[in-house]
Amino acid sequence: MERPLRLVATNPLDRLARTLEALLVVASQPLSLEELSEAAGDDPQRVETALGLLADRFREGRSGIVLERVAGGWAFRASREAAEACGRLFERPVERGLSPAALETLAVIAYLGPCSRPEIARLRGVATDSVVAGLVERGLIAEAGREQAAGAVRYRVTPLFERVFGLESVSELPRLDDLGGDAAEIRGRLETIAEKRPA
Amino acid sequence: MPVPVRELELDLEAFEGPFDLLLALVLREELDLGEVDVAGVVLAFVERLEEREELDLEACGEFLVLVAALLELKARSLLAGEDAELEDLDPAVAAEELARRLAEYRRIKEAAARLGERLEAEQSRFFRLGPAPFAPRPEHRLAPQQPAALAAALRALAAEPPAVSLAHLELRFPPVEQFLGRFRSLLTRRSRFDFDTEVAGMTRVEQAVAFLALLELRKADEIELSQAAPFAPIRVRRNETAKPERSERWSVRSA
Repeated sequence: MERPLRLVATNPLDRLARTLEALLVVASQPLSLEELSEAAGDDPQRVETALGLLADRFREGRSGIVLERVAGGWAFRASREAAEACGRLFERPVERGLSPAALETLAVIAYLGPCSRPEIARLRGVATDSVVAGLVERGLIAEAGREQAAGAVRYRVTPLFERVFGLESVSELPRLDDLGGDAAEIRGRLETIAEKRPA
Repeated sequence: MPVPVRELELDLEAFEGPFDLLLALVLREELDLGEVDVAGVVLAFVERLEEREELDLEACGEFLVLVAALLELKARSLLAGEDAELEDLDPAVAAEELARRLAEYRRIKEAAARLGERLEAEQSRFFRLGPAPFAPRPEHRLAPQQPAALAAALRALAAEPPAVSLAHLELRFPPVEQFLGRFRSLLTRRSRFDFDTEVAGMTRVEQAVAFLALLELRKADEIELSQAAPFAPIRVRRNETAKPERSERWSVRSA
């Protein structure tokens, strides 16, 4: 008789945990709680508890595979201690050689939500067509409907973006208002210049 | 290696130091923009670009935006009293808009820097990347069908199509000799005739062959041809000077 390998074989959720483990290893993208519970044919709450069990089993320092909550779902990734070895075997083509312009454009889209090329160009002060096309090709941004007025295509960041940047959701990013503390000051100064000018 | 626009070293009359500092001083009003030689800034940048011997579009773009903003600020401060012509551009509103944009851009820059740092910190993330696997497709059941209807449809497809007639492609050329003989006998009776009248009523192909016969006769020097103008009637005349032994004579002469 073969004995189960699991140390926590007594846990009633173990069977569900094994199923989830299988689903996650098959998936190439993060799976949401809904997707997991539907595929496993089990109650979302039980699935969540089982995921907690798995996350403890597959955590940094304990396993070479790490289960993480990312991009609105759950996914396996390699442990950080194995990163160097992974780097010798695989490239990270998605984020390789992101130019400053690409990062800026990505920042506009990530922080300001879906926005169109004209909007990005207005903010950055330069045309962004090729940069946007490059980001779409990398899969970091995707089309998200059109503007109401002008009908320009709007873009949003993709789950892949969240995954590459290790975010559970874009909302995890610090608020733009909290950035660049001296922005308000600059504005104040410039406003004073404007006021001083004879009307 | 990109040209660091913000670190561009400037040596102007009113200011000496990096471009970034110049911007900061201007924004903080510690430096009067009216005294800054913007052309000097541009020159310094162009010189720096030349040293690199490589066009850095990224840096050029950033530089253009910054210098344009600087120029606009300077123009507004110099022409403060003469804004009447630019009626729709209230200087206060314009400066506010400019400040808003500069601040916005600075925040975007900051956000981009944060993203860059985050990316750097997440360099050790490796995960499986691939297209989403296919979800099982729901089975689409077809409505019940009559086998006879399918057979009928197939029969219609299998029927042999009518043969395509190639009749219109066929051209029957009468022999040239036929016309040669005809024209020769005509020329024994008459010293001249009109080609067009002779071939009138013939088919296009027959007319073409008749014309070939005419050229043959001309080549043999049996006739003379004349035509008043292009497309005018072709007049054919028996060549009286031609001698039947002509070819023989030529061979004698050439011998």
